[in-house]
Amino acid sequence: MKLSGIRVPHRKNTADIIPQRLPLPETVVIPMSMHIGKPAVPTVKIGERVTVGQLIGSADGFISAPVHSSVSGKVKKLDEITMSGGMKTTAVVIETDGMQKICESVKPPVVTDFESFISAVKESGIVGLGGAGFPTFVKLGVKDLSAVEAVVINAAECEPYITSDTRTMLDKAEYISKGIDLLQKYLGAKRIIIGIENNKKPCIDKMTELANSKSGVEVKVLPSVYPQGGEKVLVYNTTGRLIPKGGLPLDVGAIVINCTTLTAIAEYIETGMPLVEKCITVDGSAVKESKNVIAPIGTPIEKLFDFCGGFKSEPKKVLYGGPMMGIAVPSLDAPVLKMTNAVIAFDEKEARPPKTTSCINCGQCINHCPLRLDPPAIAKAYKLDLCEELKKLCADLCMECGCCGYVCPAKRPIVQTNKLAKAKLNKYLKEQKAEKEEKK
Amino acid sequence: MNKLISSVSPHISSPRTTQKIMLDVLIALLPAGIASVIIFGIRSMLVIGICVAVCIASEWVFEKICKKENTIYDLSAVVTGVLLAYNLPVSIPLWQAAFGSLFAIVVVKQLFGGIGQNFANPAITARIVMMTAFSGTMTTWTFPDASSSATPLVLLFKGELASLPSYTDMLLGIRGGCLGETCTIALLAGGIYLIARRVITWHTPVAFIGTVLVMSLIFDKAPIYQLMSGGLIIGAFFMATDYATTPSTKWGKVIFGIGCGLITILIRFWGTSPEGVSFSILLMNIFTPYISRLTRSKPLVGGDKR
Repeated sequence: MKLSGIRVPHRKNTADIIPQRLPLPETVVIPMSMHIGKPAVPTVKIGERVTVGQLIGSADGFISAPVHSSVSGKVKKLDEITMSGGMKTTAVVIETDGMQKICESVKPPVVTDFESFISAVKESGIVGLGGAGFPTFVKLGVKDLSAVEAVVINAAECEPYITSDTRTMLDKAEYISKGIDLLQKYLGAKRIIIGIENNKKPCIDKMTELANSKSGVEVKVLPSVYPQGGEKVLVYNTTGRLIPKGGLPLDVGAIVINCTTLTAIAEYIETGMPLVEKCITVDGSAVKESKNVIAPIGTPIEKLFDFCGGFKSEPKKVLYGGPMMGIAVPSLDAPVLKMTNAVIAFDEKEARPPKTTSCINCGQCINHCPLRLDPPAIAKAYKLDLCEELKKLCADLCMECGCCGYVCPAKRPIVQTNKLAKAKLNKYLKEQKAEKEEKK
Repeated sequence: MNKLISSVSPHISSPRTTQKIMLDVLIALLPAGIASVIIFGIRSMLVIGICVAVCIASEWVFEKICKKENTIYDLSAVVTGVLLAYNLPVSIPLWQAAFGSLFAIVVVKQLFGGIGQNFANPAITARIVMMTAFSGTMTTWTFPDASSSATPLVLLFKGELASLPSYTDMLLGIRGGCLGETCTIALLAGGIYLIARRVITWHTPVAFIGTVLVMSLIFDKAPIYQLMSGGLIIGAFFMATDYATTPSTKWGKVIFGIGCGLITILIRFWGTSPEGVSFSILLMNIFTPYISRLTRSKPLVGGDKR
């Protein structure tokens, strides 16, 4: 069985561009919610002086992650900001002092066994850097280590434009190596598979060399078919096993970790510096000079564009992440988040939404869905409020990869409709469950 | 500060649009059009012109009256016009051609909701209506030199095998028939173009033509003539592959193609009419929703959770 996908333009313009460090911005805005789960709780007060790596937000509840200051300076205010998803969250606004004094608490953690490894990962504030932002310690903290048959390192980087993972592989291979050692030592990972799309030859060479120097590590070269880096697709194409609906990779004996996430863990274990900066690809038709930029978390993305020579034409749409699954930001004040791996600015021409026309029943969306869903049937059931039909069509299986929307010749908002259908179905399922429980 | 556009992903889309798909179909139909002018004379251009013009005009007027969005630029009405013209004898009175075009667009397409909503192929349905309404003019086959000839299928039907054109003439389209259906080689070129451009897949034409071939071999009914006669090639590549009225899954296409082939054979061999391609496609159009349901792809839900 082969999973469908699409050929998207690569536009990896920055693959060869060595990341440059952004000059320190005057202020940073660090949101307390840069992960899936409960937002962190601020631990600093207005006027307080903070240093690089200092805890400024503590994790709240099990699925949450701590937040650290990326700069040294003074807390100017605790602001409520609207995130790109529309959710409101508290953000710590820090005025930098230019000293970049490192916090005393920053020292390599003592790691001796699985438990201390997991708690170190928790303290590091590291979340899934591929874009999802799921707290990494939760993912790695599996109850039954014998269930882990393979760890898949996600280095597919299938989204157009983005090359930050590419740069990680090329510039920080030694940390990937150290990260693999950690996985083998503390998770007892018997089989480690590095999945890379075949459009990244230098990365494949580097990673193959690395894999050959170790045992139990292999590089799997994957075709450059989007969404190769999607968790379900990647696990299937590297291990041959399909993650069940609503399940996790662990259900098929796999753990998936992004290569940059793994690097961040290895760096933290070595230095004790939490996740406070990111390498970000800055690209898009409105950007003068495409670059890879290393910036403190909380940097307003406008600074990244300024650093890249500004705009050659007025930006009309700006994205966190790639053009297939990235999120449009409301303004250039939006800060760099932990999981920001790219910011893309489109000019008028590329930002203009294409004209939507009638569905011609060409079947492209159906034939290109990696999970073999039927978007027109889902749209119909959604419009007619047929929740049982939505359930039958498995609308909630959709991972919103956007293949359907990309290939549609009528330019219909298929992903949008699917999202709405998913929400409707989830609400229905919840009600159904509540009803059942009531009857009991 | 200017306003940034906010929208749901994906933020890029493939260059392909409905208009470009229709343009590809028109390009694919071009060789057969040129062939028709060479074979049947300049009047063939006139028939094509009238059909296209009336199709565009009726779509525009209908949408204007119904206050619907103007869709003539998606070129689907042009495709319908060309296909209908290709399915008419060159000598068809122009008013009849115009009537057929109007019927195709207004009754078969627009009254069912316009592009993508109709359940029957507009060109085919219009042709069938015209065959019923104008049975005389719809079955008169004339050449530019005013000579006329029966179609090979009629000759086969009557058992007049000696009068059949040569294989070369069949391939080149020098035979009696509708103006765009005769030149096998031009239609094949167009069909291959459509497959190469991924506008259509091979499933329907191969299943359709394959079924006709196998059945005529089994019943020993001049298989080569069966393939190149009537509207089989144009039907299999251009009409049985219409998006709106045929299944979109590959197995659905295979079933659709086989169904078309069987009905064609049934009509050609045992029916009272020499040709059955149009009827076969129309009948299968009616089954399309059921075939689609039957062959719907199964979502990849995977096994049980641990």
